Amino acid sequence: MATPSALRLVVRRRGREGQPLEFSLAVPSDLACVGDAVELVALQCRAGPLSGRRLAFNLRTALAEALTNAITYGSRRDPAKVVQVRVEVTVQAVVIRVQDVGDGFDPAAVPDPTVPANVAKEDGRGLFVLSHLVDQVTFNPKGNVICLTLRAG
Amino acid sequence: MSFNLRKDSKGVVVVGVDGQLIVGNRQELKQKVLEALEGGAKKFVIDFSRTGYIDSSGLGVLVSLSKKIREQGGDLRLAGLNEDLQTLFELTKLDTLFSILKTPEEAVAAF
Repeated sequence: MATPSALRLVVRRRGREGQPLEFSLAVPSDLACVGDAVELVALQCRAGPLSGRRLAFNLRTALAEALTNAITYGSRRDPAKVVQVRVEVTVQAVVIRVQDVGDGFDPAAVPDPTVPANVAKEDGRGLFVLSHLVDQVTFNPKGNVICLTLRAG
Repeated sequence: MSFNLRKDSKGVVVVGVDGQLIVGNRQELKQKVLEALEGGAKKFVIDFSRTGYIDSSGLGVLVSLSKKIREQGGDLRLAGLNEDLQTLFELTKLDTLFSILKTPEEAVAAF
């Protein structure tokens, strides 16, 4: 089981009342780290613009999906490889960038998990779930950086 | 995060999910339910009354367990989903695969 000490959090900028406005988190590519990484990010976003419900569910679930994808497909679960999470908290939104060291992928090529042939499959829902829980999802051209935007509210 | 198993008087195994069901702990749930299945249990209820969030890996393990339990002639039902979790099941159309009841008591009684 991963310990939070395996995660490296750096607060880059704070607000007037000391709340984190910009921070980064280095996550070893170990799926056991996902839960702790999600909790650390959610904790830092407490004073941000999201409602308690969206912080508890939308942010946590979407970030868990993004980290799982980055660790599984980007890092191929090599614990020596690090996934970088960078978070900006403003009055308008929380913006989370998750970057892996992999070759990237084409999000348009991911099959729809809700078509009848795929509904009973055990996997393949991560990107679908994530994209329905945040207000905006974008990728860099290479496909190894995903950017999640959750607007205030 | 943890899983609590209890068997009621009708022989239904109720599994409480405390915290979250995600990629980091799904194997633990799978192992506990499969052990109970191997021990002869056939009726299962997963109780999400105390669950904050479920990721797609957690959804996947529920699909997998449901298949294995049905292969043994049993059934797995879900209960205690809050509004967000209910929406997640509807969004992924997994509400068409599972019997979802409001409370674990209702789910147990429905067997």
